Amino acid sequence: MAEKLSPKERTRIARQSMPEQPAAQRAHNFEEVNLGLSAAVAEKEAQRCLTCADPKCVHGCPVGVKIREVVDFVRQGEYLNAAAKLREDNVLPAVTGRVCPQEIQCEGACILSKRFAPLAIGHIERFVADYERSVGRVGLPKRARSTGKKVAIVGSGPAGLSCAGDLIQRGHDVTVFEALHEFGGVLVYGIPEFRLPKQIVKDEIENLRTMGIEFQTNVVIGKTVTVDELFSEEGYDAVLIATGAGLPRFLNVPGEHLGGVYSANEFLTRVNLLNAYDPLHYDSPVYDCRDRNVAVVGGGNTAMDAVRTSLRLGAKNAYLIYRRSEVEMPARREEVRHAKDEGVQFLMLHNPIEFVGNSDGELCGAKLAKMELGEPDESGRHSVAAIPDSEFVLPLDMAVVAIGTGANPLVQSSTPAIQTNKWGYIVVDEATFRTTKRGVFAGGDIVSGSATVILAMGAGRKAAKSIHEYLTTNVWEAETTLA
Amino acid sequence: MFAIKEDRELAPNIKLLRIEAPRIVKKRQAGQFVIVRVHDHGERIPLTIADSDTENGTITIVVQGVGKTTKLLNRLTTGDQILDVVGPLGMPSEVKLFGTVVVIGGGVGTAIAYPTAVAMHQVGNRVISIVGAKTKEFVILEDEVRAASDELFVMTDDGSYGAHGFVTQKLQALIEGGTSINHVLAIGPIPMMKAVAEVTRPKGIPTIVSLNPIMVDGTGMCGGCRVLVGGETRFACVDGPEFDAHEVDFETLVQRNRQYRSQEMKALNRFEAAAEIDSDALKPCELQRKYSEVGPQHAP
Repeated sequence: MAEKLSPKERTRIARQSMPEQPAAQRAHNFEEVNLGLSAAVAEKEAQRCLTCADPKCVHGCPVGVKIREVVDFVRQGEYLNAAAKLREDNVLPAVTGRVCPQEIQCEGACILSKRFAPLAIGHIERFVADYERSVGRVGLPKRARSTGKKVAIVGSGPAGLSCAGDLIQRGHDVTVFEALHEFGGVLVYGIPEFRLPKQIVKDEIENLRTMGIEFQTNVVIGKTVTVDELFSEEGYDAVLIATGAGLPRFLNVPGEHLGGVYSANEFLTRVNLLNAYDPLHYDSPVYDCRDRNVAVVGGGNTAMDAVRTSLRLGAKNAYLIYRRSEVEMPARREEVRHAKDEGVQFLMLHNPIEFVGNSDGELCGAKLAKMELGEPDESGRHSVAAIPDSEFVLPLDMAVVAIGTGANPLVQSSTPAIQTNKWGYIVVDEATFRTTKRGVFAGGDIVSGSATVILAMGAGRKAAKSIHEYLTTNVWEAETTLA
Repeated sequence: MFAIKEDRELAPNIKLLRIEAPRIVKKRQAGQFVIVRVHDHGERIPLTIADSDTENGTITIVVQGVGKTTKLLNRLTTGDQILDVVGPLGMPSEVKLFGTVVVIGGGVGTAIAYPTAVAMHQVGNRVISIVGAKTKEFVILEDEVRAASDELFVMTDDGSYGAHGFVTQKLQALIEGGTSINHVLAIGPIPMMKAVAEVTRPKGIPTIVSLNPIMVDGTGMCGGCRVLVGGETRFACVDGPEFDAHEVDFETLVQRNRQYRSQEMKALNRFEAAAEIDSDALKPCELQRKYSEVGPQHAP
């Protein structure tokens, strides 16, 4: 029946909305906010697809998922085929279905969005991935005949995992090294349970293990083993550096060393990776937010994650402080809406200029300046400046600085042949992801600076293609142009 | 999993553990540390590598039972397993020919200073060691430190062994006695390190201390271990743990280390109350068994 709908009829179907846990309830638990579409609703949403001959959504996807074909399968009720199609290009579909900024990628490019709401591609993707998991029949891609080549992947975040997934399919032996005690990188230490349940990441890691990838925890490349030793002593033929941008930025204002002031990385790692929200069963502490005033500084997804986490830990007032206005916030729109619904108080156009402490060195407030937007510059971004004499002190017990991260230097500093730029990010050839050291590739945030899960995955895929090329041709052109 | 090959009580509540960690042994240098997580629900804590044995592939750590995790570690015996050990982390001590080097270890800090004393001695420095402890029974690794030193002085707070007094008094006496000192390394409780810094500051003697802020990942990712050195934010895990004693803001370090005091006390009290009821159930191997059903997969 579905196939017979005319385009006009398709556009008359309203975009199906994602069922959610009620805001008042979810603000106090760590369970997932979005509940997922039912099969019937997913099929109905799939009927809205105009089945474009040249689907713009695919071009909007950083890993090039064949979205139209996936949606076709869903419309026909062939969910496992949809999942298999999805996995051809995306090793973490249950993850990206939850955390991708679809509004600026596939859905932003969807032809429907010109006059109607775009197809809910993210929701459909999540449905397909969850369906596959729920029936326990994950359609893992086949592995090509072994090439006998060994690749070391440094870092088990999205870039490393997607590269590993592609390389194992091409028949190479792949080992993923992780510095922490759990795999997944930002997916486990950064993104909270209520947005991405940890079990999903664990299941995806298990899938990759089943495909033949070897995983090792507690190995800090650059310290435990150097990149040079991976080649000379451990017999690897190529190395991908995918360590992420894990060096927290601070505001560099007075009082940032007070007790109760955290980087977002520390706060989220304690809560997510180390389960500090459950002190009766886990040993790692975190600031006791119950009945306290908490502020998070920043406007990205990490800031949203941190402020919503503090609410769930019992904060009385949870403030989100951002120096520009709401439209400039880089966070996903859905996260902003969820945060507001849950009761986060948005202090837009405010900027902390000092953290104020008591005599015991504990935070008791933040001095904020009110800001105003100036003229937009050439890139269209507004300048922002403090309004004179606008300062006031906001009483606070805990603060989280979530203004971004920089490049972690551990690997590069131990491997001088790998060139970095002035910000410490690894310099690579744009097309091939080759670094300045033969056999070493790099991708994800350690090259691009803080970006998104899916962009890191896209980089991982492209790097995998390039690594495969190198391993099969053994050609390393020295005269490549470096970005 | 990382197997315990030897456990030895050095002093009341202070234990030496030799852990099988062949990869770490190959790379470790004096002054570096590991991060340890005993079991799947445990916290990550940094511990300085006191020694290593290339032949047997083991590293040695010395643990003073202070909070829940260190007390749990001190219950480990030979044959037990530690879930996670990662390292070597941090920058190694700067070891070169300085001339005369004074190495000061206070309490369990002696175990942390010891490997650097060995390294300093090996490159030809004249090493004068000053070891301080509350009482005679808390003096640890005396023979080991003596073997790495040209001269050794032991100080006890109560005079029950060695000379009566603090390590700073001996240091002051050496300086006043005309000993020409080119370099000082002081590792121990924060008040001791701060006091040493004040003794050497007027003489302009370069002095290094090893800091022990609260850490999570140990790779520069979280910034929890940030310390103020010369007015600048530094991360002890990747920039340290050793810093110029004359530039360190010790007061901020003390305050930051107090952040979780109430949670730490609660956790410790619960732990000790439970230990009284059933001591065996709290052995790390038992906890490990209990949690292994729910825990993630770990590489060997």
